[in-house]
Amino acid sequence: MVLFLAGLGCCVLGLVAAMVFSVERRVVVASLSGSLGCLLTFVAASHVLISGHVSSFHSSLVLPLSGVSLTLDPLGALFVAMTSFVGVATLVYYVGYAKNELRSRTALSLLLLFLIALLTVPAASSVVTLMFSWELMALSSMLLIMVEQRRHAEARVAAQWYGAMTQLGAVSILLGLLLLSLKSGQTFADIRAHVAAMSPTLRSFAFVLTLIGFASKAGAVPFHVWLPKAHPEAPSPVSALMSSAMVAMGAYGIVRVGNDLLGGGALWWWIIVVALGVVSALFGALHAVTSVDLKRLLAYSTIDILGLVLIGVGCSGALAATGHPGDAHLALIGALLLVVAHASFKGCLFLGAGAVERATGSRSLDQLGGLIRRIPITTALFGIGALSIVAVPAFSGFSSEWLLLQGLLHGFVDKSSPTLIVLLVGVVALALTGGLTAVAFVKAIGIGFLGQARSTGAASAHEVPRAMQIGMGILCIPCVVLGVAPGLVIPLVSRAANAGTANVASRSLESGIGLTLDHVRGAIEPMLLLAGFLLFVALISGVKSLLRRPARKVGAWRGGGGQPTARMQYTATSYAEPLQRVFSDVLRPEIDVEVTHAVESHYYEQSLSYEIRVDDAVERLAYQPVIRTLTRVGLAARRLQNGSVHRYLAFGFIALLIVLVVLA
Amino acid sequence: MTNVGSSLVYAIIASILQVALVALGGPLLMGLMAKVRARAEGRVGAPIHQPLRDLRKLMGKEGLRAHHSSAVLAVVPLVVLGSTTLAVAISPLVTTHPLLSASADLFVIVYLLLTGSVAMALAGLDTGTAFGGMGSSRAITIGALAEPALLVAVIALSIQARTSNLPAIVADTITHPVWTSTPTRLLALVALVIVVIAETGRLPVDNPNTHLELTMIHEAMTLEYAGSDLGLVTLGAAMRLGLLFALLMNLFVPWGVATGSSILWLLGAVVFLVLKTSLLAVVVSLIEVHSAKLRLFRVPELLAGGFVLAVLAVITQLAAR
Repeated sequence: MVLFLAGLGCCVLGLVAAMVFSVERRVVVASLSGSLGCLLTFVAASHVLISGHVSSFHSSLVLPLSGVSLTLDPLGALFVAMTSFVGVATLVYYVGYAKNELRSRTALSLLLLFLIALLTVPAASSVVTLMFSWELMALSSMLLIMVEQRRHAEARVAAQWYGAMTQLGAVSILLGLLLLSLKSGQTFADIRAHVAAMSPTLRSFAFVLTLIGFASKAGAVPFHVWLPKAHPEAPSPVSALMSSAMVAMGAYGIVRVGNDLLGGGALWWWIIVVALGVVSALFGALHAVTSVDLKRLLAYSTIDILGLVLIGVGCSGALAATGHPGDAHLALIGALLLVVAHASFKGCLFLGAGAVERATGSRSLDQLGGLIRRIPITTALFGIGALSIVAVPAFSGFSSEWLLLQGLLHGFVDKSSPTLIVLLVGVVALALTGGLTAVAFVKAIGIGFLGQARSTGAASAHEVPRAMQIGMGILCIPCVVLGVAPGLVIPLVSRAANAGTANVASRSLESGIGLTLDHVRGAIEPMLLLAGFLLFVALISGVKSLLRRPARKVGAWRGGGGQPTARMQYTATSYAEPLQRVFSDVLRPEIDVEVTHAVESHYYEQSLSYEIRVDDAVERLAYQPVIRTLTRVGLAARRLQNGSVHRYLAFGFIALLIVLVVLA
Repeated sequence: MTNVGSSLVYAIIASILQVALVALGGPLLMGLMAKVRARAEGRVGAPIHQPLRDLRKLMGKEGLRAHHSSAVLAVVPLVVLGSTTLAVAISPLVTTHPLLSASADLFVIVYLLLTGSVAMALAGLDTGTAFGGMGSSRAITIGALAEPALLVAVIALSIQARTSNLPAIVADTITHPVWTSTPTRLLALVALVIVVIAETGRLPVDNPNTHLELTMIHEAMTLEYAGSDLGLVTLGAAMRLGLLFALLMNLFVPWGVATGSSILWLLGAVVFLVLKTSLLAVVVSLIEVHSAKLRLFRVPELLAGGFVLAVLAVITQLAAR
């Protein structure tokens, strides 16, 4: 605990340094201090995870009335460790990335404040502490989105959406937690002690209210609308932190409240969670396929992966609720491992997208191309992240999704039909998103980094500063380690999952380098698979080099025409067009085709314009009507105010009369 | 100790045998299918070993690479062939105890094949030509739609056998012959046949013999390959076909696969496997003769049908218990 507090202290020091030092030194000093802080919290959290020793801290000096309570238990420690790891990478990256507004006192101190809030949310052990750090996290990240608003007008709109959604979510969480702390104290220990005495209705209300808030933070459809706006508009290091750490806090909240505080619950709670997960996974994956903006694509894929996590958490809860703690434990380990894997690969991808934007000045895939020859290191690091998310064996995405699938698969032993349906739907959603994720990332790499440059910016791209490459590289390490030797971290994740399930299950995984299930036949040894693959590749290339002379460079095949130009290539839009057409019922693209015919004959066209937009259908159909109504009410209410003092006094008088009448 | 040592030697021999068998057998299966097709159409057709001759010719030729291409174009043939070879080496084709059989999970095999498809799709985009992009876009679309049907069918088999370990499923099916005639297996079989046809680029999804830009899918991605690189990519595609045919037959007609550890049994299993896959190849090519290629936008309907059948397979399995 001392280490953890020291780490937070280092971050605060960094914050002070950001205020005090001159522009030249500010970024480096603040980043160093923050990184040191993150390292300390990482060590503290790892210690808790390895030893299983829970430590607490309470101080009444910081917050008036209630004080601050922090507890590092394995579940919280897993998220603290993950956040600190991403934090170090992001801060290192920031040194190379920061320019103009991002070097200002405001930006730097907000970044460190955001990091402090992210570290305290999973460690908070009382309602007040949790809500305080939650709000700090929301506000600091909202302001961070607006840092570059002078040059990006969209950032303001994004921040508005984000602010509104996150505040509504926070109100919902607060209401839920207040319901829980009504009969007991406000610390988590009190709630745990009194939860058995609470009525099921109260517990269900509390769960649903907190679920709405946490699901909105986790980007679950239909509460996701802020995410594809906020993540692309934020500066890339902030997007990385938001996507890998902040969004994960939504999943953390559900596990903490549902499994830990409330100790599991009714089956229908978890059916809702799985339903949210299934819809989000499919919706996110489909939109990721059709997105043209690289960061928007990543944002939608965050919705997709968090949807899979919710499926895992929900299925685990459903299995626990029907009396299968062993399978529940396995599914929860899979879900938590996926959260950790997602933090590393999505962080790496967002930082990579930032590097691409810095190198080319654009993040639209249709403006990129040929980057592999201009910025090979960034391409390679982005590629590692993409291979992980596509779940290529021996990368982190594969191990975690395999474990999640095994957890669901072995849950099918149950005989009660609601659980079976939940698991079936979860498994089918997992299967459906797998291929779509592959398309989205083949598109991102193939269109963005391969082929020929589609703009002058892409043609003249230069490799980004070393600090940015190191930042991405740090996040690539877990992508490979979790993929090749997942067994090393499984005991730690398993301990965190134990803390999350109230009725502690038996150990369901054997320790080792690979993954071996305990009570059923199922195992993978990614390291041996990788070794086998490399052996075969070496053999094949050995045989091939014996056979032939080196390849000759020639022009691409022209099909009898002129040399192919960059405009003849497939674009991001045309690449995804077949899938977009197949799923047009869900995506509802808006297509405008304008044909101008020649005067001489109707059969000849003079010009043709084709425009296609794939908007968020949920936003268009569910949110816009509400916003329109609110705006209309607001405009109508404006008529009440004409600036006349007499009228306002009259309003006050009428209100007073009404109050008196009501009271009398 | 000697027991462990001898079983390791046995596993290595079995894996080498499997790789050799599929590397030779894959192209021969393609030749056989072309031959059956030609005979059914009243032609004589090329000899069955023609694909092997083509491969030998390609391997001796000089490689050509486009100016705009990157290292990806050079690495992809190795990745495609390497991942397919690994899948062949660990799958239960002639024995249930090949190398790494504990890791020969169904999902590992599915994702190894996906790795090959992803690599091929990237190669299609690497030179920045319209044909490559077109083939890549179409192939990945079909792959993405076949993936869920494949995974759900695989899940149906895993629920029945209570494991997703492929050698264990094959071994258990041999000891429980009733499984092969359960509705789950039959529904999963139809779903998997559709998926295999899509994944190996056969009619009615893709025509491997066409180079017409309106219709080609897999061939469009390989247009920029020449010489030995083309040889490796073609061999990879042929091995993929051989592997999928062999797995399909072993999952549904597992008899003949060696479950013990005698070398003689291994050789007998080879004969069985050759017979089984040849039979499947003849049936598939006869279907091909009698079917026209589907329009690209009708293919999703076929694959959706496969997906629904796979989901039904899972449901019948859950209902049966």
